[in-house]
Amino acid sequence: MTVVRPGMKVRSCEGHPVLPPRDDLPPFGEIETIETEVLVIGGGPAGINAALELGALGIETLLVDDKQELGGKLTLQTHPFFGSRDDCYAGIRGIEIARILTGKLAGTPSVRVVTGATAVGAFHDRMVGMYGEGGYFLVEPRAVVVACGAREKGLAFPGCDLPGVYGAGAFQTLLNRDLVVPTDRLFIVGGGNVGLIAGYHAIQAGIRVVGLVEALPRCGGYKVHADKLHRLGVPIHTSHTVLRAQGDGRLERITIAAVDEALRPVEGTERSFDVDTLLIAVGLTPIDELAAKLSRFHVRTFTCGDSAEIAEASAAIFSGRITGRTVARELGYEVEIPPDWGRTQEILRSRPGAVVEWRDPEPPGEVFPVIRCVEEIPCNPCVDSCPNRSIAIPGDSIMGLPVFSGECSGCLKCVAACPALAITIVRRGHDPQRGLSLVVVPYELDPAGLREGLAVATVDMNGEAVGEGTVVRVRKAPGDPKRMLVSLEVPDAEAVKVAGLRALEAEEGAWGGGAADALSDETIICRCERVTAGEVRAEIRAGVTDMNTLKATIRTGMGACGGKTCTELILRLYREEGIDPSAVTRPTDRPFVAEVPLSAFAGIGKKGEGR
Amino acid sequence: MSRPAYDAIVIGAGSVGLPTAYFLALEGWKVLVVDRERAVGQGQNKAAIGGVRATHSDPAKITLCLKSIEIFSTWKERYGDDIGWIEGGYCFPVYREIDQLKLKALLPIQKSFGLEIDWYGPDEIGRLIPGINPEGLLGGTFAPRDGQVSPLKASAALWKEARARGCQFRFGEQVTDLLHNGGRIEGVRTPGGSYHAPVVVNAAGAQALEVGRLVGLEIPVLPDSHEAGISAPMQRFFDPLVVDIRPGPEGRTTNFYFGQNDRGQVIFCYTPIDPITGMNRSETSEFMPVIARRLIELIPRLRNMMIRRVWRGLYPMTPDGIIILDEVRELRGLYLAVGMCGQGFMLGPGVGLNMARFIARGEPDIDRGIFDSVGFYRDFNARRSEALR
Repeated sequence: MTVVRPGMKVRSCEGHPVLPPRDDLPPFGEIETIETEVLVIGGGPAGINAALELGALGIETLLVDDKQELGGKLTLQTHPFFGSRDDCYAGIRGIEIARILTGKLAGTPSVRVVTGATAVGAFHDRMVGMYGEGGYFLVEPRAVVVACGAREKGLAFPGCDLPGVYGAGAFQTLLNRDLVVPTDRLFIVGGGNVGLIAGYHAIQAGIRVVGLVEALPRCGGYKVHADKLHRLGVPIHTSHTVLRAQGDGRLERITIAAVDEALRPVEGTERSFDVDTLLIAVGLTPIDELAAKLSRFHVRTFTCGDSAEIAEASAAIFSGRITGRTVARELGYEVEIPPDWGRTQEILRSRPGAVVEWRDPEPPGEVFPVIRCVEEIPCNPCVDSCPNRSIAIPGDSIMGLPVFSGECSGCLKCVAACPALAITIVRRGHDPQRGLSLVVVPYELDPAGLREGLAVATVDMNGEAVGEGTVVRVRKAPGDPKRMLVSLEVPDAEAVKVAGLRALEAEEGAWGGGAADALSDETIICRCERVTAGEVRAEIRAGVTDMNTLKATIRTGMGACGGKTCTELILRLYREEGIDPSAVTRPTDRPFVAEVPLSAFAGIGKKGEGR
Repeated sequence: MSRPAYDAIVIGAGSVGLPTAYFLALEGWKVLVVDRERAVGQGQNKAAIGGVRATHSDPAKITLCLKSIEIFSTWKERYGDDIGWIEGGYCFPVYREIDQLKLKALLPIQKSFGLEIDWYGPDEIGRLIPGINPEGLLGGTFAPRDGQVSPLKASAALWKEARARGCQFRFGEQVTDLLHNGGRIEGVRTPGGSYHAPVVVNAAGAQALEVGRLVGLEIPVLPDSHEAGISAPMQRFFDPLVVDIRPGPEGRTTNFYFGQNDRGQVIFCYTPIDPITGMNRSETSEFMPVIARRLIELIPRLRNMMIRRVWRGLYPMTPDGIIILDEVRELRGLYLAVGMCGQGFMLGPGVGLNMARFIARGEPDIDRGIFDSVGFYRDFNARRSEALR
């Protein structure tokens, strides 16, 4: 990975590059080998916590990460965390958690941190090759923790390779980490938490989110995340898919369509939208290839976080802690693994539970919170936030739904604390003469336009119009200066309904746009080598069941990425052709995970001489 | 006994087995190929770097490889499939007096067997290999008719043509028994069943010894391993396969060799001084740092190429470094096309054609005396190992 710096010239390469004709013989350097008790690959929530546990026991640990800063996906997470405050920093934004964890590492002397270095290969002699700004080096560990996270699944459809089609995670990296806004109008494919949150982040950055399609009848992500988009006016098209992306050299337009129960597009339901960006958020796969290799080479290897199982970052924190202590025990250190860690991890990685039907509450008093929490998810910051202890989750699991009873002083701390923006405070009898109540709603967009006296459209929890309100006050939330609390005057009868204010008007799109050709033979399956679905299909129909043969005949997986995306897509084509993927031989996996300049292996230009 | 289902069974769908099956089919034979892997070329074939040269010192290798070059170089015009053939020649640049003497001494022998090869001065070598280190460069040999082929494309193409000529393939079936009766081979057994034929060809590559042992035959083929690597594609800047025969300054390598393939990727490999014996094909951390220095020392501009992949393949070695082609006297109908010593891919088509002729017509395509020189019953300790490996 090369960091872009001012003064660099970045341009795309037409055809193959010319090898620069530099014929002086450069001086060679040594390839350093670092011996360590434990190598932790990946400095996200799982890896850092594993290293912290190892470090707490004084175990010599090397933590490496391919980015310039630790934190992994936490550095993209500008939204407050779910979970519980005691366990996993609930209510705090991911970027802040990354800073807190990195700070803790600094106080752990037996943990050495190397950033900007990618683990590029595992070798039979139990070495791990690392390449980064400091050059190429080898690590010889007694044990390895693979905490590399997950990679985004691809989706193949005509035009999926047009510039402007992004993985949602890549887009969030640009937006939230690098503060680049590369789009005006975007559309999202996939209603899991990644897609829903990416949409919210985009709106926060001032990007017009035109819509979201989800193939299933219900979004897979938390309902509260979907509701945030609904309230802001983003149409979520469930039971819909993207048919194609079109544009002259880059994305200009997409077509979506409804799908039937078998997820086949329904003719006549096509609609087109003019967008310049499409985010693909159709799931994640663990990055665990290095773990598989190391295990084969008889290195004690452990996985945690998304490398072990795709789950929320809060669960990854516990996965990392437990793994850190497990490794320590394997290395002969006497240390307990508290049984409640495992239980907490289980809860944090639970899928959302049932959704209960929402009914507007009867006003229990003059001042009270309305808690629109209708789906069982592991989360409880509201409970901890209430100084009167008036919010409780029945039972002993944080999966349950919070209930308000007792006194409310109107302190607004619960409105500030709820990661989902699902709580409002109602103050009845605000202006009895005009029959107006006051509602305080949380707001995380740019508040510049929200002047006192402005009339705004109010919406209920699902984004349906309620009526009109008047802004009377805009202030920073207590304890979270990045969240605004907006006080609205609304008619008494609407007070408990109002959950937010609408920011966007939904777009319907242009009906028509051509029936489904999603299975088109021209769809690119392997981007590195530009192999189409038609070419893969022809091989499958010719009886090829060994993906190594595909490498030889049509070169799928032979490019720089080594099949990271296309392997899954090809297996999907096998399934479509009626062949069980378990009967398909997977391609042989060889180093390197990423391309490395030859000079690095000769120790040339470790400092100074770039490539 | 009922009539056998096949005329011949070839064990191994690799560099040697595939062309042997194909040329037997051209003789009109009904052929079955069995392989323990799930597809063609999954043994050492795909580990080959694809160099095809007749620049050898052993007459059999020279003549067989000349035949291979003829087959590879005309494949596309004959069958339409591009197998990545580039007639870029083979170049042995020379920096040491001793190597100059050795290579020049081989020229008359090589030429006498029909190889087009000559000694070129340092300027000419510099033109053939732009950016080659001129410091101490004495010149080198260059055989312009040698070249390179994509092993992946070639095995796929051979597979296609073999099937088109009626060859049948059983993949994922390891031969567990050789069937025989009264000193004659009758077929093979695999977990998938028994297959009958009066001719069986052992073309099992690195597993040749194992297959021989099924009938108590000790075939002196023991694999050692070489690692190889490949870069990302670049604009073509040199055509020949290059062999640097100096021992490496790091004390671990004898020669090393590389070329730029039809996709612009540089593909490279070295020979370790101490052979790494055994069947292990996993990559080691030692390879890249060693070969990086050797490549950059020879062509400094290669420092900027991006390395994409590394792997390890087996060289099925014989004690004298010479291949084995023969019929087994103790078990008539059992043929050996084994011990390719890491050159199975370049020898494959020539070997396949000659084995098919030998089996079907009783006479090989090349000179009988040369063919007999690679027989199974030779004294493997009589010859010194080959001058030019």
